[in-house]
Amino acid sequence: MRLELREISKRFPGVLANDKISISADRGKVLGLLGENGAGKTTLMNILSGLYKPDSGQILIDGEERVFGDPAAAIDAGVGMVHQHFMLVPVFDVVEAVALGAETVSGPLGTFDRAAARRRIVELSEQYKLEVDPDAKIESLPVGVRQRVEILKALYRHSDILVLDEPSAVLTPYETEELFTIIRSLAATGTTIIFITHKLNEVLEVADHVVVLRRGRVAGTADPKSTTRQELANMMVGRDVELIVPKGPAKPGDVVLSIRDLVVRDDRLEIAVDGIDLEVRAGEIVAIAGVQGNGQTQLVEAITGLRQVDSGEITIGGTHVEKATPRQVSDLGVAHIPEDRGRDGLIAFMSIAENYILDTYHREPYSRWGIFDLDAVRAGAAKGVKDFDIRTPTIDTMAVSLSGGNQQKVVVAREFSVPVQLVIAAQPTRGLDVGSIEYIHRRIVEQRDAGAAIVIVSTELDEVLAVGDRIAVMFDGRIVGILQGDDATYENLGLLMGGAEFGGGVAA
Amino acid sequence: MTRVKALLRRGLPPILAVVTALIFGAVVIVLTDFNNLALITTDPVAGIGGALGGVINGYGAMISGAFGDPGRVVTAFQTGDVNDIATAIRPITETLVATTPLIFTGLAIAVSFRAGMFNIGGNGQVMMGALGATLTAFTLQGQVPAFVILLAALAASLLFGGFWGFIPGFLKARTGAHEVITTIMLNYVASQVLFFALGLDTLRQPGSTAPVSKNLSAFVDVPVIISLPAIRLDYSFVVALITAGLVSLLLFRTTKGFELRASGFNMTAARYAGMSAGGSMMLAMAISGGLCGIAGGFLAVGTVGQLSLDLDGGIGFNAIALALLAGLRPGGVVLAALLFGALTNGGKLMGIQSGIPFDLLLFIMALVIMFVAAPGLIRTIWRVKVAKPLPEVASVSAVVPGESA
Repeated sequence: MRLELREISKRFPGVLANDKISISADRGKVLGLLGENGAGKTTLMNILSGLYKPDSGQILIDGEERVFGDPAAAIDAGVGMVHQHFMLVPVFDVVEAVALGAETVSGPLGTFDRAAARRRIVELSEQYKLEVDPDAKIESLPVGVRQRVEILKALYRHSDILVLDEPSAVLTPYETEELFTIIRSLAATGTTIIFITHKLNEVLEVADHVVVLRRGRVAGTADPKSTTRQELANMMVGRDVELIVPKGPAKPGDVVLSIRDLVVRDDRLEIAVDGIDLEVRAGEIVAIAGVQGNGQTQLVEAITGLRQVDSGEITIGGTHVEKATPRQVSDLGVAHIPEDRGRDGLIAFMSIAENYILDTYHREPYSRWGIFDLDAVRAGAAKGVKDFDIRTPTIDTMAVSLSGGNQQKVVVAREFSVPVQLVIAAQPTRGLDVGSIEYIHRRIVEQRDAGAAIVIVSTELDEVLAVGDRIAVMFDGRIVGILQGDDATYENLGLLMGGAEFGGGVAA
Repeated sequence: MTRVKALLRRGLPPILAVVTALIFGAVVIVLTDFNNLALITTDPVAGIGGALGGVINGYGAMISGAFGDPGRVVTAFQTGDVNDIATAIRPITETLVATTPLIFTGLAIAVSFRAGMFNIGGNGQVMMGALGATLTAFTLQGQVPAFVILLAALAASLLFGGFWGFIPGFLKARTGAHEVITTIMLNYVASQVLFFALGLDTLRQPGSTAPVSKNLSAFVDVPVIISLPAIRLDYSFVVALITAGLVSLLLFRTTKGFELRASGFNMTAARYAGMSAGGSMMLAMAISGGLCGIAGGFLAVGTVGQLSLDLDGGIGFNAIALALLAGLRPGGVVLAALLFGALTNGGKLMGIQSGIPFDLLLFIMALVIMFVAAPGLIRTIWRVKVAKPLPEVASVSAVVPGESA
């Protein structure tokens, strides 16, 4: 066995993050480590990479016990870590970024031997088909390539146990496929890979063996060839979950959101939304699919009053909102679940209660004549926490200390705390675990059934297919096709997302 | 119970910062005490004793300079002699006199920082407030009763200071001009405006070449709280305390305050929630400037009694440090202003009695701020556990055992 962790336990104040976890991985194998946020995956990997010391348990490399006092010791033992958030100097080029900290030196002054480093990087890049330009500046590289630079960094340090922490969280579907190809080629040459994720498809696709963690313990193991998504999901959450939220057929009513020939520019004043027509009716969910950066963000900002409209019309419930402020749009009964909840949806260092009233604070019962009724605020927030099952010690807890799923629940609870006729949800489940995704989807479907018009913008095909009554695909600022939910498949959506004109779609 | 604990947790770092700074100050007193240092080689006991004695003398003088001598206060009240009582309580009242403008400016900076605006222009806003008060007072001189002049002068100081603060707020909201640059520059503009105004016939002290105005105290004054000889403590102190309460209400009980704080923490999220970030900037800066202006107004018509170029005494700058020490809380500002007031006032007696230069206090105040800004340092020095929760621990504990949704 190349790598074995035996009965690893780690306790933090008030919580047992790892409780006698044992895993092992052989040379050339891919171990999928599956678990919801907070299941203890990252703690376990930080122990393996020498960042934390376990309270008890052993780490064995090739059957020999090793104690990692610091990350350097782990690197020496061949353990390389690719973090979820990249650790690269933006202004460096690839050679410098990769060699940093492990520079080859030459000459009497010990100067950095760039040529030697570059040679080795090119060699590795070719060997594993990483296709990284060694002279490109990090800041000019797309996210997918930066990740490959991180992998290069590990390989450059002779790592043959590679830990990838949620590697697909920042990637497009296409980039994820590329990553899997790289993982397979690394495994084929004998590298052991530990692939941490909460996405079920990914472990099924790339792992040789799956270990599921739940609340700090091993909840079970599975063989990807014989298990199912459902089985893994149940193991992860500890009960039967619904991967696709059940929903009846849509009963479309009146048009709520109507967009005519809309043109919107981005921050660099280039056209981002290029003449879009779209109608969304009460009681239906229109999912907008597309690879990130095809104008979805600007479309949402234009609808919600956050971005100036260049030309065209937007009406919500018959009211023109091309020139409306965000407050005016929200007062029409529009719920907006923003794309980046950490940046746009929540104020990290304010309490749950304050975040819960973030866009209704100026209305009764929370305030009157500009003065807060703190009892009403607390009562409202307590109700939201209860109704949406937000897991928090108190309503005075800062938003930043909640898990991603609970943070998103705060946002959704707030947006649905007043009657809505239109819901604009941008990437509503990005980075969330299975349980939270199910929950958020259920709440959105509830709003639909209560008669709201729903727009969900998502880059995840699974999400689009699961909730969309109709699916519009955006490419290069345009809607290139609208499919009925039942007609949509991975294949035809994938083609549209790539920009192919699709005959069957009705370009509205 | 938890409230007390929370208060302690918040209060401990600044208190330890002050204590640490005083210890460092003591070390500097010892190291600069060359007479006793010279003794160390020949007579170590006397040398070390003398040096420590110097520290005790110095700090002792500072404390009695700031708060007076309790024994003396008791005897003075027993004899009932007015002059004795006045002399005995004068140190503490003088400390409060020094504290008052610092409360106003400290609150001003706290409000602007809460809204994410770094108001470095406190000095200029104090000057403009003082100018507004002085001009108004001289304009109304002899035409209306004294208390009307006083109220009008204070209102003018609020408006002048508020306007001076509003300018950088407006520039930031409309053009994105960084408030640090604009407020600093407006300090220079304010001091030139003041210099010009002091040359006007309405204000100029006849026969004087110094840039000071005629005396205001002849026809307008802020009433003193205790009417005793040489006691200057006036009702501006009470107004300052009330203002602290009002600012606290504004920040934590009103929707405007909520908008200010929300935009200060996260401007994009505030915008997404339908708030006007630009409006919050302008409002916060106007309030901040107004509070500084009032400080200037009270100085001009009250404590100092005339307008001068150096009237602000750098309180706009000191307020930045003070507001940080206070954790941007109005209650904290009052306490921090008391500390700064006591240090400045007590430092004078320390200088006279023990020969330790007043500059040592500037050194101590600077250290206080440094330690407040570097809580890690305090944590290491005092080995106190200010547990910083690991992000992933927080996320684990959020998934409490029980059925998931």
